[in-house]
Amino acid sequence: MHFASWKKISILLICLVGLLVALPNFLSKEQLAYWPDFLPKRQLNLGLDLRGGAHLLLQMDEKELRKDWLDSLRGDVRKTLRDAKIGYTGLGATGDAVRVKLVEPAQTDAALTALRRLAQPVGGGMVAGAGNDIEVGTTPDGFLRIAPTEAGLVQRSTHAAAAAIEVVRRRIDALGTTEPTIVRQGTDRILVQVPGFDDTGRLKELIGQTARLSFHEVHPQMSVEEARATRVPAGYVIYPDQDNPNIEYLIQESPVVYGEDLTDAQPGFDSRTNEPIITFRFNQKAARQFGEYSSRNVGRPFAIVLDNGVIDGKRDVKVLSAPVIREPILGGTGQISGSFTVESANNLAIQLRSGALPTTLTVIEERTVGPSLGADSIQSGIVSAIVGTAAVAAFMTFAYGLFGLFAIVAVAINLMLILATMSFLGSTLTLPGIAGLVLTVGMAVDSNVLIYERIREEMRNGKQPISAIDSGFERALGTIVDSNLTTMIAGLVMFWLGSGPVRGFAVTLCLGIIATMFTAFTVTRLMVSLWIASQKTRKIPAPL
Amino acid sequence: MLFKGVDFWPHKKHFDLFAARKLCITVTSILLFIAVASVFTKGLNFGIDFKGGSLLEVQAKSGTLDISDLRSRLSTLNLGDIQIQSLDNPRDALIRVEQQTASGDLSAEQAQQAAANKVRDALGDTIDIRRVEVVGPGVSGELRNAGIVAVCFAIIGILFYVWFRFEWQFGVAAIVALVHDIMLTLGAFSLFGMDFGLNEVAALLTLAGYSINDTVVIFDRVRENLRRYKKMPLAQLVNLSLNETLSRTIVTSLSTFLAVSAIFFFGGEVIHGFAFAMLFGIVVGVWSTIIIATPLLVWLGVKRDWSETGSSVRKQPTAAAKA
Repeated sequence: MHFASWKKISILLICLVGLLVALPNFLSKEQLAYWPDFLPKRQLNLGLDLRGGAHLLLQMDEKELRKDWLDSLRGDVRKTLRDAKIGYTGLGATGDAVRVKLVEPAQTDAALTALRRLAQPVGGGMVAGAGNDIEVGTTPDGFLRIAPTEAGLVQRSTHAAAAAIEVVRRRIDALGTTEPTIVRQGTDRILVQVPGFDDTGRLKELIGQTARLSFHEVHPQMSVEEARATRVPAGYVIYPDQDNPNIEYLIQESPVVYGEDLTDAQPGFDSRTNEPIITFRFNQKAARQFGEYSSRNVGRPFAIVLDNGVIDGKRDVKVLSAPVIREPILGGTGQISGSFTVESANNLAIQLRSGALPTTLTVIEERTVGPSLGADSIQSGIVSAIVGTAAVAAFMTFAYGLFGLFAIVAVAINLMLILATMSFLGSTLTLPGIAGLVLTVGMAVDSNVLIYERIREEMRNGKQPISAIDSGFERALGTIVDSNLTTMIAGLVMFWLGSGPVRGFAVTLCLGIIATMFTAFTVTRLMVSLWIASQKTRKIPAPL
Repeated sequence: MLFKGVDFWPHKKHFDLFAARKLCITVTSILLFIAVASVFTKGLNFGIDFKGGSLLEVQAKSGTLDISDLRSRLSTLNLGDIQIQSLDNPRDALIRVEQQTASGDLSAEQAQQAAANKVRDALGDTIDIRRVEVVGPGVSGELRNAGIVAVCFAIIGILFYVWFRFEWQFGVAAIVALVHDIMLTLGAFSLFGMDFGLNEVAALLTLAGYSINDTVVIFDRVRENLRRYKKMPLAQLVNLSLNETLSRTIVTSLSTFLAVSAIFFFGGEVIHGFAFAMLFGIVVGVWSTIIIATPLLVWLGVKRDWSETGSSVRKQPTAAAKA
């Protein structure tokens, strides 16, 4: 049972470092301010279930992404063939490709060459053999077929996810909450966690709308009724008004200016009517375009259109307002009015500033914990930890007396080391995690029980106390390692496959097992060895 | 000064744990049959993690919560099956709304969100929403698969570990006991109709770890005794090992049981099911080690000559074995 001095010192040092790292967790923010800077200051992260907050799992709409791409591809094909002066008929998009028929089949080769220039290498040409993002070919029935490739689609959705994460981050940051977590999960999902914010309604409103703003020409002569009665002219569409669905506008499909060209959008109030409005500013290019357009169209209406993506299963595209151009708008600034409330003006301004989402995001999983429940959970976590530990301590003292107390000290150090490791690693404590800690208390005493029962057994077999203690520790070692490692397997599986709270539980369980093996063979042993030394006689009394 | 603990275990008394084996195996078979029958007929009451749907924990802002009023308000929403469960605190209740199906323009996911919003609106100003969980059908399917995979991987991992550290017979005996524990616990969840969700799968895995821990401690002793008593009949040797470790089994189970009881009684609604599974598992784990794992080991038979194996990590001198 002898410990070399260097061993004693390193054991004490480990415990001391553990104590110092764990200690900030027991201090309030104010007390922590007085904590010296050279000491570790990190506190445990509390999980959303303890501090309250919102957890949303969002799904990108891959179909919409593909459809948008096919739409823009169709535009590109039209422009390419027109520029190359190749006549075509029947340009359209099927489920997965754009198809077009040429008037003169002899021009097929020229058309293919021109269209192939639209293809971009996947990975920006940096990845060898990655191929192109689109494929151009002919079909047996005499059409040209321009289809996105698999690699191209993957690249699209990767880019879209990155862009969506950026937009979502900017929108949530505008709420002024602290440290939201926004990460991509799998190929087409985004996980959003906002601690301390439980108004998921507001959150979902902000990130559930794509908010693609654009400025369109309203058809100068034809009314919606005429268009309905005869036919909607090519390149025009009918969109309803935001406030009154009975009012509709016949609008040119391709916009004059896109929302991407906005540099700023702020909520404000109209100086005359005192209604909430949004003021915006274009970038230089768009300011010039819009200046030219407005000088040519004085006296005619134009439409400000907001595309909110798919909401409740329907494509939500509305005309925010359709003012008449009174004079050329040259400064590149303007305002949108359209019976906003203060909050909706505020939300829309945030959305416009943050940019449009590349695709609709659907909430597929939501978990929100209000701050009061979080506080209650912390409370019940602390209560159960204290009650559990106290009960185990009382039982151990009853069963093993002084050595039982040694075990309790070891368990306390064990818990502290777990907290210290978790603070150091920046891992998150969840309510199941607290359960894991309490369970660790129960299991940590098991190693001590194994040792003590072994010592008793050796003494019953007639050994002297000191050699019984010696072989008790030695013989229990293999058993403790075996039994703890099997539990560890279950813990690792949970960590690997679990998420959120379950993972938090797995972390505390695994750390608990490691700490248990450490304390049983160093801390408890050291205490027993010091006790033997304190007896000052070679023939020590039976301790158990 | 030295205060010793109370060694309350009657070490002198030697229990013949194999004598009542037939009776015990009969009892456990009946329990197992009930458990399996319940799981397959009544099924598990999957929580929304696995079934999809919405769950809201609500609290009256003042006074007690009028459950019947709440029920009548929510029943007009036309959202299918809505369960309202009162909690220990009369101000609190849990509302469960079943998985919505796709209808018209709405996908199932969107219908789900819409349903949760309707409930939120119907609650009005007098009721606080403390927790909302909405899980769509796609996610719940994935979580269910992940849960099944997790349990299977844990069992396989443990099987290989025990096989590697002992012999295949030990591995098989341990796994049979483990599967028995998991089945019985699932049966209890099914019989009592308790919610079974992600937290409960975590409890099942912990239970697996705990139960195997117990089994391994006894197998360890069996192996040690195999080295020591080369001629003793296996049944007698296993019984001796069980007796030698019984006091430890009792003390450890009691202390873990005490710790988990604290979680069960004071831990709050969220981890109630988790604590229940653990409490149940501690009892079942001890039972299965004695009733299933060790008799199975005797039945399968083990290699008797352990003297030459180098597989032992313990530096056990041969002299000690003779003593």
